[in-house]
Amino acid sequence: MADSPVRVRVQRDDFDLAAEVAAISAGRRDIGAVVTFSGLCRDEGGTLGALELEHYPGMAQAELTRICQEAIARFSLQAATAIHRYGKIAPGENIVLVITASSHRQAAFDGANFIMDFLKTAAPFWKKEHGADGSAGGWVSAKDADDSARDRWTKS
Amino acid sequence: MASVDLVYFAWVRERIGRGEETLELPDSVVTAGDLLKHLKTLGEEYETALEHENVIRVAFNQEHVDHREPIAGVREIALFPPMTGG
Repeated sequence: MADSPVRVRVQRDDFDLAAEVAAISAGRRDIGAVVTFSGLCRDEGGTLGALELEHYPGMAQAELTRICQEAIARFSLQAATAIHRYGKIAPGENIVLVITASSHRQAAFDGANFIMDFLKTAAPFWKKEHGADGSAGGWVSAKDADDSARDRWTKS
Repeated sequence: MASVDLVYFAWVRERIGRGEETLELPDSVVTAGDLLKHLKTLGEEYETALEHENVIRVAFNQEHVDHREPIAGVREIALFPPMTGG
């Protein structure tokens, strides 16, 4: 296979969901299912002006790659893409994109879920909120529910 | 004494007041957990940032590690809060 089945990017700019879906299956005839997840910045009932995403350069890329590789091995995926943005992101804008490809749908659904659960708890990104009124907000706290979502993959 | 590059992120960075620094570590600092305890003796800003040691995450050379992990041979140590991406 010429291309690596893992595509990971950490970037300030937005991504093109359709182009990434096309790229994951380009030139292949063995893929039967493609699942995409995109995470957006919500306005929290009008109170949020923007999110500021800080990341650990280098490790963010490395950790996303490790998570995608693990998902490919665990669910026998044919390919996985993870793109995460950093910098200031306004409500309505994209934050993250995960795409998985497999022969059959269940592996693609499970793989995308797995990647997101580990991305949220292990990829070095941190969100800071800025208020819609211009006030400097605080750092978003990690949620126990995210840890529980991750831990269900390690229970058999 | 061993010299190590430290990098900080999010509120750990803000509370310490800098994003990176190089420090000489005394021989008594063996593990990641020892490092946190050592840093807390260096000033009020470290004490505030690392007050709740158990929530501080540590990465050696850009990989997550446990607080019990030995530091020997590590070039870059990162300290940061629980992650909130996605």
